[in-house]
Amino acid sequence: MAQDVGILSFGAYIPQLRLQRKAVAAANAWFNPALRGMAKGERAMANWDEDTVTMSVEAARDCLAGFDAAAVASLSLASTTHPFDDRQNTSIAAGALNLRPGLRSLDVGGSLRAGTSALGAAFAEARGANGHALIVAGDHRQAKAASAQEMHYGDGAAAFLIGTGQPIATLVGAHSETVDFVPQFRARDRAHDYAWEERWIRDEGYMKIVPRAVAALLKQTGTAPASVGAFILPCTLSRVVPGVAKRLGLGEAAVRDNLAAVCGDTGTAHPLVMLVHALEEAKPGDLILVAAFDSGCDALLFRVTEAIGSLSARRGVKGSLADRREENVYQKYLAFNDLIALDRGMRAEVDKGTPLSLLYRNRDMITGLIGGHCRNCGTVQYPRGRYCVNPKCKALDSQDDEPFAERPATVMSYTADLLTYSPDPPAYYGMIEFEGGGRMMVDFTDVEDGKVEVGTPMRMMFRIKDVDAARGFVRYFWKAAPVRR
Amino acid sequence: MATGIKDKIVILGMGCSKFGERWDANAEDLMVEAFEEATKDAGIERDQIEAAWFGTAIEDQHVGKSGVPLAMTLRLPYIPVTRVENYCATGTEAFRGASYAVASGAVDIALALGVEKLKDTGYGGLPQRGRGNLNNLYWPNLSAPGSFAQLAAAYRSKHGVDRGDLKRAMAHISVKSHANGAKNPKAHLKNVITEDDVMKAPMVAEPLGLYDCCGVSDGSACAIVTTPEIARSLGKKNLIGVKALQIAVSNGQELQYDDWDGSYFATTRVAANRAYQEAGVTDPRRQISLLDVHDCFSITELVTLEDLQLSPEGGAIPDVLDGFYDSAGRVPCQIDGGLKCFGHPIGASGLRMLYEMYLQMSGRAGERQMGNPVLGLTHNLGGFPSQNVSSVTIVGQLGA
Repeated sequence: MAQDVGILSFGAYIPQLRLQRKAVAAANAWFNPALRGMAKGERAMANWDEDTVTMSVEAARDCLAGFDAAAVASLSLASTTHPFDDRQNTSIAAGALNLRPGLRSLDVGGSLRAGTSALGAAFAEARGANGHALIVAGDHRQAKAASAQEMHYGDGAAAFLIGTGQPIATLVGAHSETVDFVPQFRARDRAHDYAWEERWIRDEGYMKIVPRAVAALLKQTGTAPASVGAFILPCTLSRVVPGVAKRLGLGEAAVRDNLAAVCGDTGTAHPLVMLVHALEEAKPGDLILVAAFDSGCDALLFRVTEAIGSLSARRGVKGSLADRREENVYQKYLAFNDLIALDRGMRAEVDKGTPLSLLYRNRDMITGLIGGHCRNCGTVQYPRGRYCVNPKCKALDSQDDEPFAERPATVMSYTADLLTYSPDPPAYYGMIEFEGGGRMMVDFTDVEDGKVEVGTPMRMMFRIKDVDAARGFVRYFWKAAPVRR
Repeated sequence: MATGIKDKIVILGMGCSKFGERWDANAEDLMVEAFEEATKDAGIERDQIEAAWFGTAIEDQHVGKSGVPLAMTLRLPYIPVTRVENYCATGTEAFRGASYAVASGAVDIALALGVEKLKDTGYGGLPQRGRGNLNNLYWPNLSAPGSFAQLAAAYRSKHGVDRGDLKRAMAHISVKSHANGAKNPKAHLKNVITEDDVMKAPMVAEPLGLYDCCGVSDGSACAIVTTPEIARSLGKKNLIGVKALQIAVSNGQELQYDDWDGSYFATTRVAANRAYQEAGVTDPRRQISLLDVHDCFSITELVTLEDLQLSPEGGAIPDVLDGFYDSAGRVPCQIDGGLKCFGHPIGASGLRMLYEMYLQMSGRAGERQMGNPVLGLTHNLGGFPSQNVSSVTIVGQLGA
């Protein structure tokens, strides 16, 4: 049965906001005129209430569509921008995904190839495991104002489910090289990357280390370079990837677009984002080679199977890229990424301390969006009270768990509030009604001004509720977002 | 079935401070201002008061917790003082405590005093504060205008009302209240406004603009209640009796069950029915002489007029636009200017509404006097449309 281990499913999430690079250049070219040359296209930009954890949860939900979440035995979250240094970030995502309590979990980080490393490790783990491995990579990339990174980077996440079953792609082989070559670094307690000269990174790094790793993989698997149909190598330097491909004898047509024009480099997530993108266009038998360069190089070779045609429709990368809102207000990017001291007003001063014991006791309700389903009368309700809310029932302790996160909903009432504090006013919120019953008063997110009404279809999304700046705690909850497609 | 409190208690005296941005006054000063007027009006000494109920909602902004601040400030004679808080219906809750104490025969004379000192926050609007540890984890960061604004969205959708038509009716409500408030020396806002002012005002929480929202003020109001017999023994004539006093509190049905559409107050409908029954009112549109409702926002007043059965369901807009609730209309509403012009010092508002009804029923409302009204209704509401405390009080000439 070993041949049945493979990629069972994929998913992706790229935030809707797309910062227009010309807006960045317009603001900063006075200081860094070189930015004018980069003022093309757009980059994905996390909303104020998105981070690595929330984007990873969305990618994982996309990946799990049509699959049984109970079959997931392990979850890894790869990133260089985990919101917490101490508090497992994967455990937050596991709670939001309502994965089984007997779950192995791991935060993976330390390098931009953490995503591919986690993916490779999952294959070794999946053989003989008692369940699937869910690998998510996400990055909410941070860059200084007026830097080239600000132009090149993007935010996003991708997820893969690895296990036995009917894989859409199998792993032909993998090879890694570990080298302390430092194109950029970020020390503990530093917010931003410090990068070395691009020409050195290109000549001594990409052009030497990547070919070494890939050549070893091709040799190890007995693969003719020309037979590789897709070559994935995230790189923001121009002409590097075709150069690497040429050096390896890979076909020019195999080089995959790095999505620079429409998304930007999503860091740890990017090789996986590009792999999802490639799988969306792949045919059975295709060979896809994924390489990730940082502190050495990971190289993984996949063969697409016949099952690719039967994977259910999902958002993926293509869907994410199509679901976009242009953002021309560069100041918003600065504010969302804490790059500017905004006067947030006295209303923002309310203490947002979180009692951890309370959060733990109510973790199903808050992180898992679990409500109740009354065994006595059938009423579904959120949150779950000790007594059923149905006035004709009111039974005591009569409710089973009822997950609400995947239930479609519609708007019953709403407002756009300019008085209350919001990092992105107006604050949209209102009452939504879930299909099949249940309702809640909830924050909305990703609302285009004026594009919400009574009856608007909504979908629940895991987001940052608020940030306790005094203590550095990020508080998550679910919000309702308009369904745009 | 309980017989209720109709005419078992009368208002012996009332007082109301000047409402407004009282930069000159602490909460304690406002309390004294209202109390001095009430004891003089009642013709009693403070030592005749046997029990007191003290209403204040955001105590951490001013006096702090418990009944002690009232007893200390007024130098009450070691009597029971109960501090109550029930959202924005706190003032009525204090009045209910005092009224029930007298009606039960436990005491002869009781005091209800409400106060709020809101203008020490450093910003406009109500103080921003937490909603309880668990609620903070999942409630939206909602403001008062944001939660009440949703009534408009649901009302439009339910009754098929055009956005502009509803906004115009809401504007008429505010214009009418400002016209009334301009004649009231104790009101905070005394400016006359036009419908155009309302329509063009800056947006606060869609569709509520600045003039759809009540003011934020400091103030205090108080009532002294007793039995009709004791009032007569003190030489009082033309007594004003309490006909009904009902409070209904949301139990989660609106927020979590599926039978509420967001366009009305389920609690107000229940409290109104109970109050009409207690007072023996069978046709409120004809029997109620005057109204003072909880017009925290124009849309609140509009839907409340239906919840109180003054206008038929879906029929408030034409009534409002026809002037039914104007000072020259059939049932004048907010004849004192309402929350709109008094602002809303939370603990005081319920008692401030009663103060106007008391003056009107006694024929002592001066320039604002509306003939010879028989029954006055106050509606004092707290919380959010989806979970709230709603009170309906009816007062009137004793025996009417």
